[in-house]
Amino acid sequence: MTVLAIPESTVTPRSTSRLPVVSLTIVGLFVLVALLAPLLAPADPYDQSLRLRFRPPVWEERGSWAYPLGTDRLGRDLLSRIIYGARVSLAAGVVTVLISSAFGAAVGLVAGYYGGRTDAVLMRVTDATLSFPVILLALILAVTVGPSFTNVVIAIAVILWARYARVIRGQVLTLMTLDFIAQARIAGAGAWRIIMRHLLPNTLNTLVVLITLQIGYVIIVEASLSFLGAGIPPPTPAWGSMIAEGRDFVTSAWWVSFFPGLAIMLVVLAFNLLGDWLRDTLDPKLRQL
Amino acid sequence: MPAVIDVRELRTHIVTRWATIKAVDGVSFALEEGETLGLVGESGSGKSMTCLSIVRLVPRPAARIVGGAVRLDGDDLLAKTDAEMQQVRGRKVAMILQDPMSSLNPVFSIGMQMREPLAMYHDLRGGAVAARAAELLAAVRIPSPAARLRAFPHQLSGGMRQRVVGAMAIAGPPRLLIADEPTTSLDLTIQAQYLGLLKELQQRHRFAMIFVTHNLGIVARTCDRVAVMYAGRIVEMGPVRRIFTEPAHPYTRALIASIPRFGARRERLTAITGQPPDLAHLDAGCAFAPRCPSAFDRCAEMPAEADITPGHTIRCWLHGQA
Repeated sequence: MTVLAIPESTVTPRSTSRLPVVSLTIVGLFVLVALLAPLLAPADPYDQSLRLRFRPPVWEERGSWAYPLGTDRLGRDLLSRIIYGARVSLAAGVVTVLISSAFGAAVGLVAGYYGGRTDAVLMRVTDATLSFPVILLALILAVTVGPSFTNVVIAIAVILWARYARVIRGQVLTLMTLDFIAQARIAGAGAWRIIMRHLLPNTLNTLVVLITLQIGYVIIVEASLSFLGAGIPPPTPAWGSMIAEGRDFVTSAWWVSFFPGLAIMLVVLAFNLLGDWLRDTLDPKLRQL
Repeated sequence: MPAVIDVRELRTHIVTRWATIKAVDGVSFALEEGETLGLVGESGSGKSMTCLSIVRLVPRPAARIVGGAVRLDGDDLLAKTDAEMQQVRGRKVAMILQDPMSSLNPVFSIGMQMREPLAMYHDLRGGAVAARAAELLAAVRIPSPAARLRAFPHQLSGGMRQRVVGAMAIAGPPRLLIADEPTTSLDLTIQAQYLGLLKELQQRHRFAMIFVTHNLGIVARTCDRVAVMYAGRIVEMGPVRRIFTEPAHPYTRALIASIPRFGARRERLTAITGQPPDLAHLDAGCAFAPRCPSAFDRCAEMPAEADITPGHTIRCWLHGQA
């Protein structure tokens, strides 16, 4: 007797519509922690106490619930500093990305719409911008004007807009070949109207995906700058500078560098996964982002 | 009757790094109210460029209108400023393009897109816009128009979308409607319906119509007159009946001979020999001469436009030249 066994589907269809619960949770938690930092932090992140230096996390020997993740070189509560550090990362990420995406999208739209010489000039400027290292610019700013939150945002935004400009311009070029743009022109729409009503709304998908992916990138760059001392100046808790502070004690007090690093990794990973998911859901054609 | 649209000696050149292409080279025609001109010719013969020149939307900076006049109700469009021209586009001259799949903005509902021209042309606001938009959709025979206003382009079929484009085109209502192969991508039954609809709208609004196509069957059904274009020039123009029954220019004859006929006992389709002309390197003479079966010495000179019978003009040394 033959039994026709219907094999269970071994290839599960890749569902792109399923919400990325893990990344959404991490991102949500991150935003919440940043916003509610004063309520959530168990201690004052600036409160020093030399007697309490290098307390290990709670599960280690000598650890205590008073300092769940231990204390740093100056006896400050690490958990509270990470919680407050989230504010810096979130603010840097959001502000920088908003500024650079607005500017970059504007450049991309104008370059793609007008084409010709306008396009050539704007794209050469974009290329030049992209070839300039962010870290170097930030170091120059830090040395000349002094490190500050504003300078970090400026340094990153001044470079980052170029990516938006390039991607949006590419999309505008494809859109411009479609009949509805020609049709709008024939209907008497001017440049402003076509850009705002027809081109911009059609690039929003790309823009949202790019913004999500770039927030993670900006957080990394901000952390790198802070690590190098060109970012947020101490004593403000920033994840990058916290890693730098613990760098000399990695063998004796690993937690000082480890937890801020873990925080950066989780948050950036979450943003990247979220961005990937958005890209696959909104427009699978955007593979190149 | 005065002409609605009067195009005189229109010249549009495309300047590239290597050559100057005379895409439209001295095209003249005039249309009265309610009249339809079929503009036929092979790809690159200048049909679309002629239409774009009328609304002054030639792809800049490469293409430029270098001469001639385009009068709409006596008003020279080529003399207008860009801002004035925007007032003409859509309101007085409307255009329907070829591809219904991309002729609507995918991110806005039909109602949202129709609001734009209505608000621009008639200063309508709020509920009046929706009412007028529904009226227009009803005019192009879209069932349950009020509900369709909420639909997005991807929810409509190609024929439906092309009707929506038609509805937007008559929002003016225009004095001149340019239809650039509007039915090429529709299937045959929908095509026939759409052509019927265009004629019906034309009767109601009395606009002049320029119908660009390379389908001679459509020309026979919808047009009053035909202009045959070759290499940027109108080589023959006349009433539809005459062009089909007594084509005079060798190119027109070849075009009509190459229409596949049902029941014709032929092994092969007749084709026009030779290649379409290279517009960048045209000789001084007739552009069709190299492919023309009846070419002779004189074809090395450019023939002038001449009347064979009143209303039937031709550019060919074989006819009507002294």
